[in-house]
Amino acid sequence: MIDLLSYGAFFLTMALTYAVICLGLNLQWGQAGLFNVGVAGFVAVGAYVSAILTTPPVDGRIGGFGLPPLAGWLGGGLGAGLLCFLLGALTLRLRADYLAIATFGAAVVIQLALLNLEGLTGGPFGIGFIPRPFGGLAGEPGLFAAANLGVLILLVLACYLVLQHLTRSPWGRVLRALREDEEAARALGKDPVAYRLQAFAIGGFVMGLGGAAQAHFIGFIAPDNYLPTLTFQVWTMLIIGGSGNMRGAILGAVLVWALWAVSGSAVSALFPSGQQARAASLQLVLIGVALSAVLLLRPRGLLGEAGTLRSPLRRADRRDTAKISQGQKTNA
Amino acid sequence: MMLQPLMDGLVNGAIIGLGAIGVTLTYSILRFANFAHGELLSWGAYLALTVSAALGALLPGLGTPIGPFSFGWSVPIALLASMALTAGLALAVDWLLFGRLRQSGAAQIILVMASFGAALALRNLLEFIYTSSPAYFTNELQIAMKILPGLRATPDQLLVLGLALVTVVLTHLLLTRSPAGRAMRAVSENPALASLAGIDTRAVIRLVWILGAALAAVGGILSGVIVQIRPTMGLDLLLPLFAAAILGGIGSVPGAMIAGLTVGLAESFAVGLVGAEWRAAVSFVILVAVLILRPQGIFGKAMA
Repeated sequence: MIDLLSYGAFFLTMALTYAVICLGLNLQWGQAGLFNVGVAGFVAVGAYVSAILTTPPVDGRIGGFGLPPLAGWLGGGLGAGLLCFLLGALTLRLRADYLAIATFGAAVVIQLALLNLEGLTGGPFGIGFIPRPFGGLAGEPGLFAAANLGVLILLVLACYLVLQHLTRSPWGRVLRALREDEEAARALGKDPVAYRLQAFAIGGFVMGLGGAAQAHFIGFIAPDNYLPTLTFQVWTMLIIGGSGNMRGAILGAVLVWALWAVSGSAVSALFPSGQQARAASLQLVLIGVALSAVLLLRPRGLLGEAGTLRSPLRRADRRDTAKISQGQKTNA
Repeated sequence: MMLQPLMDGLVNGAIIGLGAIGVTLTYSILRFANFAHGELLSWGAYLALTVSAALGALLPGLGTPIGPFSFGWSVPIALLASMALTAGLALAVDWLLFGRLRQSGAAQIILVMASFGAALALRNLLEFIYTSSPAYFTNELQIAMKILPGLRATPDQLLVLGLALVTVVLTHLLLTRSPAGRAMRAVSENPALASLAGIDTRAVIRLVWILGAALAAVGGILSGVIVQIRPTMGLDLLLPLFAAAILGGIGSVPGAMIAGLTVGLAESFAVGLVGAEWRAAVSFVILVAVLILRPQGIFGKAMA
């Protein structure tokens, strides 16, 4: 029972780190319509910056400043946000898909840098001994797991509330207006590039934060954690949960992570050990097909975006039916 | 000393150029950046490998090397078969995914995302079928010949260069001199007007996929002959393909080829300077430079 509970806590904590990343992507894509194909790269920047800031010093490696985790998380977020800002500044004035190509390229180069800048990133072996929040509680697994889960719940909640506030503010309205009808928003004097750049950078900050939190939760990072597959998982989470909807992003993260974990253990249970790498690739085929299928069949995802310009009619409709059912109640 | 990277860069650049033509065509006519294009190169190579192995097993005589080259007649036959099969694959993906999204009026960026999903599925399907270990068309070793003082090349490399050149010239002629090519350029300029003028846009779209996929298959097979065949070869080539398509100017076939050669040469000279482990970063540097200095590319028209 305790085992099951602590596995549950571990699973949920991990899922919530993805939820943070997914919330960042939701600001970029769901609200601003900016396609980021380099999610893995920005998550990696967040994780590595935080790891370098907080780990104890190691011979032969730059960094290891031994700062508290909170400083690391902030640094990780800022690093990823700054990178997003630079890439956005480079491409947002151009065609929409140039941003996609540039972020894809950035993720490739970040992966190379992680592998080759051994003096900074530890090369292919990565960085270990990343301080875990509440490391002092490690003697009591149950309490330790609960504390970590609590931190992640708080982080997700904070990101959710801030992003929800942002998207409901006039600033968020301008973002959606730009996404729906750029000409009209421009006619009202809104500068599309500035708004999009802000959204892209803030989304990048949140992604980096998620990457940092994940690194501290696992305690060990290596370049292999940040392959394009990660980008893909996060995208699937957002699309399935419902892009544009912050709660959808969180739901999607937990749901897809659960599917991933279940199918992963099914693969290791069903296939002989020699065939597991092969079977794992089948798992990715299924995810790719699932994403394409959701795009085709249910583009709004499970929850979808509420109250956009696209659905004023539907909302009016709902209001009418609500009135009718109320009327029926009073009649009865 | 300076000549050897030139040869390696040209050979590699020719392969990048062949792939970039497909990217630039889908980009200018279907109007989206196709992240699954790299997978067409991988699939082309693996399909050819399968056909060639089957031919070699049926008729062992086809496996004996032709003249100075490392492979037998089974490879050229497999190349033609693979061009057709890869084109069929591209048409199938379009029928299943992109075509439906186009019909439902999805935004361009949704197509980009769908191509990203298709790429993942296609790549991992290859890994599932053929495993991730590298494969080769032949086990024959080739001795590099001396062409000029300080310049060596294998007969295979020279063949790749020649074949790439012929393919590009043929494609260019097809696009500029034939009615089909005129129709393609018309759709690229203005789809609505082109369809008013009686051009069958759907036929043009089919032609784009067939042409792009066939060229991708050639590129993938040539890369397989020169280096090796891996499920991730398309993913590794994707960034150079995009860099070349944008550098050459979206929609320009000669531009894509010249830019492909440029990217190949830049990679090969940079490897001499900063080491082979940074090769993949070269395309990104080129991409960033183009986006800052001349976003419309060498041969592109200024964009709105």
